[in-house]
Amino acid sequence: MLAYTLKRLLAGIITVWFIATATFMAMHMVPGDPLMNDKAVTAEIRKNLEIKYGLDKPVTEQYFIFMGNMLRGDFGISFTQQNRRVNDIIRDHFPVSATLGLLAIFFAATGGIIWGALTALYRNRLPDIIIMFLVILGISVPSFVFAALGQLLLVNINGLLGFSLIPVAGWGTFSHMLMPSLVLGLGTMALLTRLMRSSMLEVVNEDYIKTAKAKGLSPLRIFFKHQLRNAILPVITILGPSIAAITTGGFVVELVFAIPGLGRYFVQAVQQLDYTVIMGTTVFFGAFLVLMVILVDIIYGFVDPRVRLQ
Amino acid sequence: MKNCLAMLLLLSFSGPIWAQNKATSVNFETQTITIALTQEPPQLNGMKATDQVSILILSHVMEGLTRYDRRGNIVPGVAERWEINDKDATFWLREDALWSDGEPVTAHDFVFAWRNALKPETASEYAFILYPLLNGEAINKGEMDAARLGVEAIDDRTLHIRFERPTGYFDKLTAFVTYFPARQNFFESRDQRFGADATDLLYNGPFQISQWVHSASLRMTKNPYYWDRSNITLNAINADYITADTRSRLNLFIDGKIVSTELDGETYKDALTQRFRIRRFTTGTVFFLEYNHRDNRITRNLNLRRAIQHVFDPDEMVNKVLATPGNLPGKSLFPVWLKGKHDKFRQEYRAPEAPLDLNQARQYLAQAKAELGLATLPPLVLLVGDSPTAAKQAEYLQGKLKATLGLDIKIDIQTFKQRLAKMTAGEFDIVAAGWGPDFDDVMTFGDLLTSWNLNNRGRYNNPAYDEQVRIAMNSANPAVRMDAMGKVQQIVFDDAVILPQYEQGVIYLLHPALRGVVRRVVGADPDYTYAQVIELDQKD
Repeated sequence: MLAYTLKRLLAGIITVWFIATATFMAMHMVPGDPLMNDKAVTAEIRKNLEIKYGLDKPVTEQYFIFMGNMLRGDFGISFTQQNRRVNDIIRDHFPVSATLGLLAIFFAATGGIIWGALTALYRNRLPDIIIMFLVILGISVPSFVFAALGQLLLVNINGLLGFSLIPVAGWGTFSHMLMPSLVLGLGTMALLTRLMRSSMLEVVNEDYIKTAKAKGLSPLRIFFKHQLRNAILPVITILGPSIAAITTGGFVVELVFAIPGLGRYFVQAVQQLDYTVIMGTTVFFGAFLVLMVILVDIIYGFVDPRVRLQ
Repeated sequence: MKNCLAMLLLLSFSGPIWAQNKATSVNFETQTITIALTQEPPQLNGMKATDQVSILILSHVMEGLTRYDRRGNIVPGVAERWEINDKDATFWLREDALWSDGEPVTAHDFVFAWRNALKPETASEYAFILYPLLNGEAINKGEMDAARLGVEAIDDRTLHIRFERPTGYFDKLTAFVTYFPARQNFFESRDQRFGADATDLLYNGPFQISQWVHSASLRMTKNPYYWDRSNITLNAINADYITADTRSRLNLFIDGKIVSTELDGETYKDALTQRFRIRRFTTGTVFFLEYNHRDNRITRNLNLRRAIQHVFDPDEMVNKVLATPGNLPGKSLFPVWLKGKHDKFRQEYRAPEAPLDLNQARQYLAQAKAELGLATLPPLVLLVGDSPTAAKQAEYLQGKLKATLGLDIKIDIQTFKQRLAKMTAGEFDIVAAGWGPDFDDVMTFGDLLTSWNLNNRGRYNNPAYDEQVRIAMNSANPAVRMDAMGKVQQIVFDDAVILPQYEQGVIYLLHPALRGVVRRVVGADPDYTYAQVIELDQKD
């Protein structure tokens, strides 16, 4: 178990190193100049900016300096917010994305499991057909459409009520989180519903279910104790990458709902060619994703004793 | 999920209702308003700030020697009176100008801030705005020590300035953020973090930042130490929402959460159906097509540029392509709002116009082809940004030039940074560019196309143009300066240096209970400093 975990962690570190290197190379290959802005500056000012950000050195040297700093956990100073450190940006804004993401995962997981189980129970009957139609909708409609529609819905509800029941946008209280996390989780919810449905249907025909029925167990007990527990495994597998994807992929939702998450910095940094923020957020998100996958693998062993970690 | 969707569809058709009375964006009793920012202010160190949002915030929480009043006139700020001569100027500071920690604002704070902004290590993009100060440019280029800057604190309350050249409009410059003061001991105590958080700044303006949660909210409250506090009615301006999404901001406005929002082509239609009163304002920015005048480019040919000049219709651009109210057709490098000798500059010096004349244009084109020795011209590269409006404009031009002159245009759409890199490197024939004013004087536009201006990305080089700008720069006499600028306007037209497209306008919504909000072409826009919340009639 311990050896397995260590092995996975080592592989994870190599993955993160690879992500950092690939991002560094890609970033420097993108045409455009991070130090250029609307107003042209004199050669002297430019030289000073290059020195400040170490861009006066050859790219290979910049790479080794960056890697050295990264090992010490220092991502440098942002190019666009010249008095803010990238570490501060991650520390200030990741918790927001994480809170939003966890709530979204909560919605997605509970929704996905319940709807999935329902469709399996009512297989090929009306509830199944309706839910599966909505699932296809949920998978194919991009999140920015849901975000806009969700916000419009809130505006209209509040307009009808004459007071603000649920805030239209912003951040601070629990009610601010409801709509954005629901919107953010919809895609994953749809995916999990479909996954849950197929794995439930698989389990239904297993011998141990027949045995349980033959023993005369109540349908409820069979459903919860035998069907659900066994069908949930594939859902857990996909949950790891989903957590990372949701926590990091909320750019549009953050923009529409005016949420101070890290996703906005992640995307805007690329548009602004903000080298340090690009590197900082990408490496951080990359490491987060790797960690989630490892965690899920370990949890998997606990949930299903048949899985041996080697 | 099913119910949710059904309800959503139902409500989308039911038509939104806006109850103005429930709005929480304005509060009459507490005199508090809530606004939205389009982005987090990236730089609240006044010496280095360049963007609109930072300038908006800074202009509410800081004050220079002078400031703009409600009507856009220069009035006393930290300075209570001043005297501007050809070679020097003196500002006398008021006694009751205080920092937000109760200490007085002194002349030394200005000397420190200006020297710092010019130091090459500071790498301020706006350093050039301090070049009228003696030795300013040399210090900025690292040729001289900052201590030799032509500014001196004679005592705590007297600031003496020596000029590099006559600068009659210096009192307008001192209202700008780069000219704001900074106290040395505080600045040094914050090291690299000056301006990074609410506590990393000292305030001397009408408001102070009381709370700043990055990318979430920025709250400004009335500054109890501000000398003119009795004329400030608002107690708090809360920027509780930060998002670049115009639709999201319109929704917040409909929900009564924010007092104002700007509209784009799409949200404009929605605002119309809501029957909001739509206000318009001209931002002062001029958009134009800049030709590449470098030797290896065919756009260097004057007759080719003249041919295009005679087929382009700025009215059509404004009414059919941009198609939102507020924009004005572009007729000159100098926008309509600039002041001249007594009246508006454009009234005193009419912008020459090229008549729409296809025959004439074709003659010019034929001449151009003969001069270039080409039977057919290669496609012209039109470099534009990656916004939907930019693409729309580029396609319009492409169609127009093909239909009238048979010219082929290759549209090159690039992201912000890449477009800038290509502009600077000269990799274009025509580039869609814009220029916004830095200060309220003709010179902010006039010197744009001089041979020494780094923002002259087309590398236009005409000694006659340069000479007129020098004449204007070396005189403090309005008649001399304006005449020179009038000639500049004529040269830009005769040489078809650029092709003016439009003067940018914005359309926006404003809560009816909020009065006294000022929109400005330079400095804080919108300016809430003198705004107040009035009590609306319940029927309203």
